[in-house]
Parts: sequence; C-alpha cells; structure tokens
Amino acid sequence: MRRETILNTLLYLAMPVAAGLAFVMGETFLITLITRAAIFALAAVGLNLALGLGGLVSLGHAAFFGIGGYAMGILAHHAQTYTPIMDTWFVLEGTKSMPVIWLVAIASSALAALAIGALSLRTSGVYFIMITLAFGQMFYYFAISWPAYGGEDGLSIYVRNDFPGLNTLDPMQFFALVFAILSGVLWWMGRLARAPFGLALSAARQNAERVETVGLGPFRLRLVAFVISGAVTGLAGALFADLNRFVSPTMFSWQMSGEFIVFIVLGGVGRLFGPVAGAMLFVLLEHLLSPVSDFWLIYVGTILLLVVLFARGGLIGSLAGREVAHD
Amino acid sequence: MTEPLLHVDGLHKAFGALQATDGVTLALMPGEIHALIGPNGAGKSTLIKQIAGGLAPDAGRVWFKGRDVTALSTQARARAGLARTFQISSLAMEATVLQNAVLGAMGRAGSVWRFLRPVMHDAELVAQAQAALQRVGLADHAATRTAELSHGQRRLLEVAVALTLKPHAFVMDEPMAGLGASGSKRMTTFLDGLRREAPILLVEHDMDAVFALADRISVLVYGKIIATGTADEIRADPQVRTAYLGEEDAA
Repeated sequence: MRRETILNTLLYLAMPVAAGLAFVMGETFLITLITRAAIFALAAVGLNLALGLGGLVSLGHAAFFGIGGYAMGILAHHAQTYTPIMDTWFVLEGTKSMPVIWLVAIASSALAALAIGALSLRTSGVYFIMITLAFGQMFYYFAISWPAYGGEDGLSIYVRNDFPGLNTLDPMQFFALVFAILSGVLWWMGRLARAPFGLALSAARQNAERVETVGLGPFRLRLVAFVISGAVTGLAGALFADLNRFVSPTMFSWQMSGEFIVFIVLGGVGRLFGPVAGAMLFVLLEHLLSPVSDFWLIYVGTILLLVVLFARGGLIGSLAGREVAHD
Repeated sequence: MTEPLLHVDGLHKAFGALQATDGVTLALMPGEIHALIGPNGAGKSTLIKQIAGGLAPDAGRVWFKGRDVTALSTQARARAGLARTFQISSLAMEATVLQNAVLGAMGRAGSVWRFLRPVMHDAELVAQAQAALQRVGLADHAATRTAELSHGQRRLLEVAVALTLKPHAFVMDEPMAGLGASGSKRMTTFLDGLRREAPILLVEHDMDAVFALADRISVLVYGKIIATGTADEIRADPQVRTAYLGEEDAA
C-alpha cells in the first residue's frame, strides 16, 4: 500500500476513534471539539478542489461558509418563531429539517459561487485573490447591516435541527452525522480528482494553453470547480451553524477564509486528506494553546511559517513524499 | 483545383510601430507539408498564434475547411480539427506522459464533464493515447512524469497529443528542436508519412528537414512572405538567398 494511503487511513480513523474514546470517558466537550474539526475539514475539502486541484486561490470562501450558515439560521429562525419567510405570493415556511436545510445551503452557495466565479475567474493570480476577498467582504458587511436576522449580533437557534431517526442533540450522534457527510464528500473528491473532469482541471492549472489546444475551455472547467467547491463549503457552513446553534457575520469574515487556506497549507495543498490533517492540527493547537496564552495564534503562525519554509507539501507532503500521479 | 484546407488571407498584426505580420497570405493544401521558414524575429510565432488561436489579427482572415475561424477561440479551432504543437513544450508537467495523451483523446471525444469514473480506466481513451505514444516512440515512457522527460521527448509528446486529436490539419512550431541528429531523422520520416493523414504547416529551423520534407516553402522576413515555392525554387530565389540562406552561409 502507498504511504499516503496508509496515512490517509490513519487520519480518517483518528476522528471516530478519538470521538469514541471521548464518549467512553464521558468528555462531551471533546466530542464537540472533534465535530468542529470535522466541519472545518469539510469546508477546507471544498476549498481544496478550487485551490489545490484548480490552482484558484480563493480568499472569499467564507462567503459560501456564511451563506450555508445563514441558510440554516434563517430557515430555523422562522421555524422556531412560527413566522413564514414570506407570504406575499405564496407562503414559504421555515424548517427544522436538516436534509432540507442542507439542500438549501448547497443550492444557495452554489448559486453564489456561480455568480462570484463567473466574475472573478476572468482575472488570475493576485487579482483573483483580491476580487474573491472583496466579494467575501461584501457578504460580511451585508450580514452586519441586515437587521432582520440579528445584524452584528447574529442569530441564535435554540434547539439543534432534526434529522430523521437521530437525536441530533446527542453530541455523538451529531458527530456521526457530520463524519458520514465528510466521508461521502472525501470519497467523491477522491473520485473527482481521477475522473475526466479532474484530469482536465488539474491540467488547466498546470498549463492552460495545453487544455485549450486539445479543445477544452479552462474558464468553464474552473467555473464548475468553483461552484462545486463553494457548494461543499456552504454545506459545511450549515453544519457549523448547527453545531454552535448560532450564526453570526463572523462566518463571513475574511479571517475565516484565511483559516481555510491555513488548514490546506498546513495539511498539504491539493492532497485529498490535506485539509483534514490541517483542520485537525489547527483545532488541536487551538485546544492546547489557547489556555497558555490569549495570543495562541502566534504559535500557529510560527508553525505555518515553518511549514511554508521547510515543508512545502504540508503535513501529508512531509510524511508521504511527493504526490504520485494517479494511475 | 482543390480547395486549400487552411487559408490565411491578408493578415496584419502590429505591436506598436513593429509590423510583426504584414499582409501575409498563404494556403495549406490537402496532403502537403508547407514549411514556413525565416530568420529569428521574422514573426513566425506571431503568425502561428494568429492561425492556431490566441492572438487576434488587426486585419485579414483565417479560413479553415472553408469556414472563417478568425473570431474563434483556440479551443474552438482545436475542436474544428486544427492541431498545434508548441515551440516551447506546453504540457501538464506534473502529469504522466500517458495522462497528457489521454487529455488529448478526452478533448477529441468531448467527454470532460464526467465526475465519477477514473479517466485512466477508460479503456478506449487509454488505447487511443497509447497508440499515439506508440507512433512517436514514447510508449515505454507512458508512466513517466512529464517533467522528467528530456526536451526532445517533450517535443515527441507534443506531437503525440496532437495525434490523439485526429486533426484535419497540423500546425507545428519547430517539432525538431532539441531532438538531436538521429531523433530529427526519425521525426522527418514520421512527418513524411503523416502528411497523408493531414497536411502540416511546419515552422522549422532544421533546414535539412525542411528541404527533405516540404512540398512548398514560404519564406517570412520582417512579417512579409518574400517567396513561396518548391524547395528548388526557394534555393534559387535571389531574394531568399540574400535575406536568409545567405546569412546562414556566411555564419
């Protein structure tokens, strides 16, 4: 078996094993922490499709994370206050059903990614980074100044939303749900990278001229990648909101986008489990270091600097070596 | 009279005060190798870009298979059957040699919007890619990372990818560069046979290859075609001798 496969398997199993141990020890807080890592991993797995495979450094993925979060927040808010979202032409009610919320989160963040991507992908390099950042900030300030859903204070959802057959308020069951989604998305991303679309997208990153010369359009490849990427991050946003039972404009902040990039760089850009490793490491550091100092991020910064300087492949790259081309 | 497959009519392109392409008209007939030669800086690459896509001319038209393709993008021209190889290899360097060829077969089949099945398990695409690698003699390197190929081998891969497109015409920018004497000879033999499948517009610095292969030669100097004719006519042309061949003799 390849070293990366072994490493991926270990990383994959680490989460349920740790959650299981925490369950046995009765450390509910730790289960929530691991769930948080899994949701961050999912958000960064989404970004990794655009950033890693497509070479599109988006500093605006918090927009999709936030849209997913507010999709949950708005639907659940109307459900818990028994007020319809709108009743002008027809009555549109809120909902507490997770599957419906997820679909709305995926659809709305995909739509936003389509619009943002269609405009941003006409630029490249540092301009792309800046324009995605600008779109992210637009959503941030919009959320702050929109009083209907709490504005700057955000929106509290009192009870976690429902999933058929599960008690989502039980931390272990909610973790299992999140982990199942992460597993499904990872499985798909692994397939996607090796599918015709993945090969073409990766070739467009390496050499756009090559892709054009065989009759394929790099713009459309990148746009589709950006939409899928935004939709996955949006789904993570809905889960994140449900984890905290709280939505606020912070989900839209550029620091959020930056953190997703940090997860990927820490773990390994373009590696399937890079974002997973990065998010786990980040949450672990956050947990261990934040009691040490209020300025714990300075340690994370130092580690990030060391990774960028001395371990360009991130955690996965250092442990499993250079990526081998897919067979 | 047969229609030209590729026809360039009165093409002009200026960069500031520099007339890089100055009223170029040329035709590529079915079954022929039409060589485009000229000293460095004559505007060959600029002309190729306007023909294959990527650079819009200021004036003039490009016709391919009887259709005006001047306004079409590179990928639309590729889909119409115009295959191009680059002077400086333009390949997906991190991918394997076989993957680069499969990418070509995929572009030809138009089967890119698939998100689940591994492309390298698609027997038909892989077979087409392998056949193309076989033809240029790269079959043994199929699993090699493209970045590890020599410059000469990259040229061969460029040609192999072009073959996977099963094009109606080739535009090749210096396919012999970096091949060495024996490689150059092999490539000459290969292109000699290839013209029966599709005509080739060949930009080349290797004069032995050009005079051995070309049915017709056009000489480009300062953006203008100063002569077009058979190898013997070009050798005898006094203008060409002073502008180009003479310089080479003196050097």
